[in-house]
Amino acid sequence: MKCKPCGQPAVIDIPRHRAAFCAGCFTTHCQEQVRRAISSHRMMGHSERVLVAISGGKDSLALWHILVALGYHVDGVYLGLGIGDYSDTSRDYAERFATLHGLTLHVVDIPADHGFAIPDAARATKRVPCSACGLSKRHLLNRAALDGGYDVLATGHNLDDEAAVLFGNVLQWQVGYLARQRPVLAAAPGFARRVKPLIRMGERETAAYCVINRIDYLVDECPMAAGNKHLRYKETLNAMEERTPGVKATFYLKFLDEMLPVLDGVAEEERALVGECSRCGSPSSADVCAFCLLVERVADSTAR
Amino acid sequence: MQVRLHNPKRDVEVSGPVQVTELVRILGLNRESVLIIRGDSLVTHDETLHDDDVVEIRPVISGGSR
Repeated sequence: MKCKPCGQPAVIDIPRHRAAFCAGCFTTHCQEQVRRAISSHRMMGHSERVLVAISGGKDSLALWHILVALGYHVDGVYLGLGIGDYSDTSRDYAERFATLHGLTLHVVDIPADHGFAIPDAARATKRVPCSACGLSKRHLLNRAALDGGYDVLATGHNLDDEAAVLFGNVLQWQVGYLARQRPVLAAAPGFARRVKPLIRMGERETAAYCVINRIDYLVDECPMAAGNKHLRYKETLNAMEERTPGVKATFYLKFLDEMLPVLDGVAEEERALVGECSRCGSPSSADVCAFCLLVERVADSTAR
Repeated sequence: MQVRLHNPKRDVEVSGPVQVTELVRILGLNRESVLIIRGDSLVTHDETLHDDDVVEIRPVISGGSR
């Protein structure tokens, strides 16, 4: 295959774009996809301070690399989850990247700062680990952005992540979740603005971007995520994508264009219900926020 | 050729020459879910792999609480 833009031998083909790219043109293509996502959804400006959530995996490191290449002022934050060797190794990847590129990486460690690890939380709540992990991430990354005085928190959610979440929400007609599934969540009292600049890049593309740009990332998956619902949705969508290239992008990007405006009223109703957690002051629609309840339940189960 | 797979990490031997598309099919994988790396470079699906190549099939699907 030849590179579509320049005609040189290609190293990666992207069926949904009906195109193949050489290393240099692919790097340019990915950066352009992110630039376009940021611009079309008015995610952030070049004068703003950006905090990017870094896991040590392909998406977050590719995102950090691309945002720096596009000229943004970006620091990173790594969240230690206490998942044994996996967490130690992922932190190493995050720190090595930051050191290599002369970037600032903040570290928040849940076991050190809050006295529990994600596997403890899963046992205490009798729910899947990804549930406790997700709510801890949302709470603590938001807190890190606010405490650090950042204008915006960027996460490495890619097109495949968003399509899989959308698929799950549609299967169960979770209208409230659908209304909130936006590439930009505006800042509000207690909430930093949250943006997802990788929504135009599939995860095969973020992985290829890392390989091509010699970004060393943790290939191994989180041991706690094996077999979860989100992965099954991705497999289903990829089975369709193989037969009909572009189906994932159409499913998600048309949702943004056609469906989200219809759900604006639902999103407003949900925002009106948000108050303040009586313990930590974070935004919450209940008296005590989900993170404070999680901390309490883990403490109770440890004391028993 | 030696083909390295992940989850779990293991090496398998596959006879060449074989086209990347065919290798992915033989191994029961979805081309959307993997990258094919020969040596330290990516290759496209129409490339032919030979017996003396060292190939990695790297999964790209991340799960969990994104």
